Amino acid sequence: MAASLVRNTARSALRNGASATRAAGSLTFARGKATLPDLAYDYSALEPSISGKIMELHHKNHHQTYVNSYNTAIEQLQEAQHKGDIAAQIALKPLINFHGGGHINHTLFWENLAPKSAGGGEPPSGALSTAINDSFGSLDEFKTKMNAALAGIQGSGWAWLVKDKQTGSIGIKTYANQDPVVGQFQPLLGIDAWEHAYYLQYQNRKAEYFGAIWDVINWKAVEKRFSA
Amino acid sequence: MSSPQYTLPSLPYAYDALEPIVSSEIMRLHHQKHHQTYITNLNAALTAQATALAAHDIPTLLSLQAKLAFNAGGHINHSLFWRNLAPYGSAATDMARSAPALKRVIETQWGSVEAFVAAFGQVLLGLQGSGWGWLVCAGGDGPQPLEIVSTKDQEPVGSGKTVVFGVDMWEHAYYLQYLNNKAGYVEGIWKVINWVEAEERFTKGGVNDGGAVLKL
Repeated sequence: MAASLVRNTARSALRNGASATRAAGSLTFARGKATLPDLAYDYSALEPSISGKIMELHHKNHHQTYVNSYNTAIEQLQEAQHKGDIAAQIALKPLINFHGGGHINHTLFWENLAPKSAGGGEPPSGALSTAINDSFGSLDEFKTKMNAALAGIQGSGWAWLVKDKQTGSIGIKTYANQDPVVGQFQPLLGIDAWEHAYYLQYQNRKAEYFGAIWDVINWKAVEKRFSA
Repeated sequence: MSSPQYTLPSLPYAYDALEPIVSSEIMRLHHQKHHQTYITNLNAALTAQATALAAHDIPTLLSLQAKLAFNAGGHINHSLFWRNLAPYGSAATDMARSAPALKRVIETQWGSVEAFVAAFGQVLLGLQGSGWGWLVCAGGDGPQPLEIVSTKDQEPVGSGKTVVFGVDMWEHAYYLQYLNNKAGYVEGIWKVINWVEAEERFTKGGVNDGGAVLKL
């Protein structure tokens, strides 16, 4: 097993995805299996914002399923490429988008959360703080707008604070299901609005979840992505 | 400016009637909270639409379309869903007895009930995100060919098709009981399908379609 490919950082998950695409069809590809990253904190460390049971299921079961299904889809893609089966390759795209997206999104999400004892909820500083104030007026106004975006998602999906790679400006965007933030925008901070992210604790009161999660946002991780 | 206002339809059975397949806690939340929220938001959107229409405010009218579609769809879909479920162990859950005409066509089209159930399950488990799986038939007189379709989020089945029955694959429909084991929910739901209702929708065509649900 390629232990060196077991990485815990979001960037390595993104790199894995990118290199998998580049190397698809080559023999090195089989070694590029995606793996479930460890969390940097205990399952119960985000309580009371997010219960330990939710975190455990979300990480060990949901995220793991995205990882497994992504790897399966990539194996099938590799096979289709070896056979030169274009139709089969195209047919696999939705699965790769969904499960690869699920892997990337969750990996980024775990990183942009932190227990209060490890700085969770401490407001951003420096250039990111300035950018948020310039773009949204204040951190509180940003949170209000992000929560409105989350509440407006019709179905499963994510809301992200993103950076426009062309202009460097930041903004809020929502993505359906597991559509990943790729292309023009760089993901900075994502909040999972799938029901499995909150239902055991908040049931239909999702606004309470969106309100409580700010207490465990790891702004240091967001700053790092912003200045990368 | 008046606009139609909808109210939550009562369930044709008790909240615990589907146990052990669907828990009463799920049914209560799903009906009293989730379905009610779609209706509340639909009514609010209809009121806003009436106001915008009176003011010839086209941009506002356009901006309301997504909200209308989502919440009207949620109301239609849940209304159809409640009625195509029946208490666990009740006579209506016996397909052979309650839906002979539908069963015949299912066997003709899929080869066997088991093959149909497997094909339907595959559609349900293949949904990427929130949505519904449906057995539909083309509208028109007499029995029509059947088709398994899925719709995303709260998109309703399009007009011209009759919903025979639907299965809600939003996580709120099963998560408190099945957690990430959605295959367990998909397997169980067959034990509470209301085949009397399904047979009636199938044989009578559009009498129970989404439009009928929204008729005040």
